[in-house]
Amino acid sequence: MTTLTDPPKETFRLSMLIYDTRYRSMTIQCVALIGFMLLAAWIINNTLVNLNTLGKPIDFGFFSEPASYDINQRLLDYNSRDSHLRASFMGLLNTLLVAALGCVAATIVGVLVGVLRLSKNWLVARIMTVYVETFRNVPVLLWIVLAMAIMIESLPAPNEFRGDTPTATMNLFDSVAVTNRGIYIPEPLFSRSLGNLHVLGESSLRFDVSLDLILLLIVLGASIFLIRRNTARANAIQEATGVRPTTWYINLGVLLVPTLVVLIALGFHLGYPELKGFNFRGGTYMRNSLIALWLALSLYTAAFIAEIVRGGILAISKGQTEAAGALGLRPGRIMSLVILPQALRVIIPPLISNYLNLTKNSSLAIAVGYMDITGTLGGITMNQTGRELECVLLLMLVYLTISLSISGVMNWYNNRVKLVER
Amino acid sequence: MSDTSFVRTEMLPQKAPPVTAVGAIGWARANLFSGWFNSVLTILGLLAVYFVLSGVLPWMFLSVWHASSLNECREIMEATWGETSGHACWAVIKERWVQLLFGFYPSELYWRPVLAFVLLIVAVAPVLFPGAPRKFFYVTAVYPFVMPWLMWGGTIWGPLLVAAGLAIGFFAQRFLLPIVGSLASLIIAVLASVIWWLFLVGPLAGALGSVLNIGLEPVISRNFGGFMLSILIGVVAIGCSLPIGIVLALGRQSDLLIVKAICVGFIEFIRGVPLITLLFVASTLLNIFLPPGTEFDIILRVLIMVTLFASAYMAEVVRGGLAALPKGQYEGADSLGLDYWQSQRLIIMPQALKISIPGIVSTFIGVFKDTTLVSIIGLLDPLGLATAIRADSDWNGIYWELFAFIAFLFFIFCFSMSRYSMYLERRLKTTH
Repeated sequence: MTTLTDPPKETFRLSMLIYDTRYRSMTIQCVALIGFMLLAAWIINNTLVNLNTLGKPIDFGFFSEPASYDINQRLLDYNSRDSHLRASFMGLLNTLLVAALGCVAATIVGVLVGVLRLSKNWLVARIMTVYVETFRNVPVLLWIVLAMAIMIESLPAPNEFRGDTPTATMNLFDSVAVTNRGIYIPEPLFSRSLGNLHVLGESSLRFDVSLDLILLLIVLGASIFLIRRNTARANAIQEATGVRPTTWYINLGVLLVPTLVVLIALGFHLGYPELKGFNFRGGTYMRNSLIALWLALSLYTAAFIAEIVRGGILAISKGQTEAAGALGLRPGRIMSLVILPQALRVIIPPLISNYLNLTKNSSLAIAVGYMDITGTLGGITMNQTGRELECVLLLMLVYLTISLSISGVMNWYNNRVKLVER
Repeated sequence: MSDTSFVRTEMLPQKAPPVTAVGAIGWARANLFSGWFNSVLTILGLLAVYFVLSGVLPWMFLSVWHASSLNECREIMEATWGETSGHACWAVIKERWVQLLFGFYPSELYWRPVLAFVLLIVAVAPVLFPGAPRKFFYVTAVYPFVMPWLMWGGTIWGPLLVAAGLAIGFFAQRFLLPIVGSLASLIIAVLASVIWWLFLVGPLAGALGSVLNIGLEPVISRNFGGFMLSILIGVVAIGCSLPIGIVLALGRQSDLLIVKAICVGFIEFIRGVPLITLLFVASTLLNIFLPPGTEFDIILRVLIMVTLFASAYMAEVVRGGLAALPKGQYEGADSLGLDYWQSQRLIIMPQALKISIPGIVSTFIGVFKDTTLVSIIGLLDPLGLATAIRADSDWNGIYWELFAFIAFLFFIFCFSMSRYSMYLERRLKTTH
């Protein structure tokens, strides 16, 4: 007869912290945590001691002092009597501006090049390969300074547009002036404007919101809502009767007519740049450094995006196209209903990280003197006030916030298009 | 009945295919002019190629090689072709190429960076190519100690004693293993090495140096520059970031919450900020973070920050490889009774690293290209030197030749790295 014996009673011994896998992970984590906290404490202590020795304890008061430097490309009103905070805000907007412009341009060029690289046309495919390899294998900083050098050295100066026999002329029916100081394009103006809404009063973060723009956006939004209603109605009719009513002229009318009416009511016209004195006046001014940075960043990133797009399209097996064809879909629908939704799943995650790279690379603006956040907060403000710690940490925080928000939005989108597996 | 037959009795000889379907014409029809759209694309492409080449080729080859200043160049151009634009002045490269390669490194000591570079090739050859002699691995082992000595010079005792620290750790572990067990002996060995490096190497090297002064002439970091600097930063960052990146990736994948949180925080922080802000940290803040009075040179600080930067990216690449492995591989390793490190070393890592080769190499290329950013904090990498050369009154206003030369050298390095990655992928491919 056997008797059940109790399992040997476990007594906890200190060595079990290391040799028993149940406790070992706790031990390792405690050691890691203590080590990490010791390291952090050591660094913070060193920093405080050093800053005390230097006589500049951490203090963000300098932000309210006048910046007393000029920002030559800006989206909002600013003058050198404004505070450092206002200057940094301008810089942040400039960063976002070049990042947004760059992402759009890089996507367009990248998709085009990626598709053309797969073209059956031998010559075009080769040209695109050369483009991709050239841009990918040379540092982006070199492209930026090169683009800046091209802007400055090979474009006409504003005074060459002057006189009876100017050596340079404006492009596109005298509406765009391409000079070595930058590019002047027509600006939208409203003769019966509704005015601006001043937000945040006189603070450093004040900005104006154009009521005209808001009205236009509201009208456009309403039009798009109506178009979707119309399309949904057409779908319902098609499902019920099998015949799809023609929708395009209604949609086009709904989209264009209200917008045009609003534009005419507001007295929309274009303000053209004109040569006055030594420089152009009027129009929207895009400084040469902005153009150079934009061109270089978008062409550089486009080379990477082209490879991603090419990889995404190649990843969809040929059977998908053939199966879709066997179902009787037309080529356009095969692309939009079968190939693209699948390719997008492969394309989007690396595309996100390339947008992030472009945004981070925009900090190289400092090399060509474009006043982005690195040029203002991490450049002139830091050098003027001598507050390296505060400025650099804030600069990192700003970029970290931008990066995390872009990747957050993009991950949300990625989750929406992700393949739902069993 | 006539003998007219309506059925042919003999075979016709085979006809040659139509000229439009074979040969150059056939190829052109199939690949260049297969439809109106393709034809338009081809013609546009030809126009673009002509436009680019007609500008670049004369500029490149109808150029001036012998001049001592840009003005002299322009005079020669004026005399030869009657115009100054559209012709390169390669004289600046001829005069300054040594500077673009070595910066202000003392010219009588050029053999040292050159030797370091040659040794680098020997050291990485056995890692990169299976055909290379196995004996080269000895060079790989000593290279981390020889390279800094060759580049910075100074007494030979420093690198020797640092290497001795490794030996001390190794023998301490071996000696203590039977006495105190594996974990304790490992901890003691690491501690012994660290104490040796931190507290004993400095005084010992000084003492030995005063007794027997064998060494090379020291070169200060300020004189480093040019492609030598880019390659130095690139090689150190690449070499150190792979192991650190692997450790970070393992930390991020681990079940230990705190370790994971620390790794995720580090990786996301570094990846979220631009390299230029990290270089600002290197140039202005790193001395503030360290104990008062610590002073070490700017190149070392830059090396540390670039390495950290590269490690975070490397960690994400390796994590991708780890995540791509089927779960069965982990479970298979567990069921064989391997412990964590054994299964990582024997089962997981070889496969995960193989999957991530393209990503690893493109991170390498990215890091190498990003070394140009050090010119923004005032180091004289090729781009910084280009500015310095332009500041010389002889060469004031010269842009394209310098940019073309720098771009060409970077292109050679990065392009060969990407080709190597393709070769490695083919070699390691085990599927059919």
